[in-house]
Amino acid sequence: MSKSRIILFILGLLIWLGLSWPVNPQHLIVGVLVAGFVALLTGDMFIKRPYLFKHASRYLWFLYYLPIFIWECIKANIDVAYRVIHPNRPLNPGIVKVKTSLKSDTALTFLANSITLTPGTLSVDIDQEGGFLYIHWIDVKSSDVEEASKLIVERFERILRRIFE
Amino acid sequence: MSELIGYIFIVIGLSFDFFGCLGLVRFPDVYNRLQASTKSVTLGTCSILFGLFLIKGMSAPGIKAILCIIFIILTSPVSAHALARGAHKSGVRLWDKSICDRYEEEKR
Repeated sequence: MSKSRIILFILGLLIWLGLSWPVNPQHLIVGVLVAGFVALLTGDMFIKRPYLFKHASRYLWFLYYLPIFIWECIKANIDVAYRVIHPNRPLNPGIVKVKTSLKSDTALTFLANSITLTPGTLSVDIDQEGGFLYIHWIDVKSSDVEEASKLIVERFERILRRIFE
Repeated sequence: MSELIGYIFIVIGLSFDFFGCLGLVRFPDVYNRLQASTKSVTLGTCSILFGLFLIKGMSAPGIKAILCIIFIILTSPVSAHALARGAHKSGVRLWDKSICDRYEEEKR
């Protein structure tokens, strides 16, 4: 049994227990069997770098990231609601290109998701080799690559690097 | 007490969902509409589910609501991203008053 299989088994079992709450022995036995089967089949596809799960600091950074993310999410919603209600529709949209220094798949996925859920931005496409993201911005403040990167990407990038890289 | 807070969360979630739907009607093009629908509907639905969790507590429906929140937060931006990318690839124009389109410039 490799490490990635064991991690996948634990994750699968946790989700199963959540779905079949409250826990009873029958559900537990079926869950162990199914999670074991899935982990055996797909274990090495799902998690590429299992050693990252050992670092405790990554979990702490993730806990630090959550409130920031939720706060940005609430701000995004108030922003969108304001733009919807305003009679003149204060839109100023466009697609800009930003640069990121993150490399791994997980980090880029989380970065793109965070960008989509934060005020006024929606990730459209990604260029993984060059490290560029194309972002639809509802209120374009600058179409310059460096300037836009500073405004959109930077606040998440430095936290996500500590979690996933 | 937690029941009252739960109902407040549900009302907040419903109003955000309403603004999201209103944005879907009022905004001019695909990308702006996606912005409105993704953000508002994600937080609105999560807020409704969190209100349900507060009302039901650590029982079967409550735990399922928490799991639903996690899956919605993980999947809804991905689907919005796929829709926006698909729309751009199949040639949907941006709104006339848009400032810039770097993606179009790169593709040429």
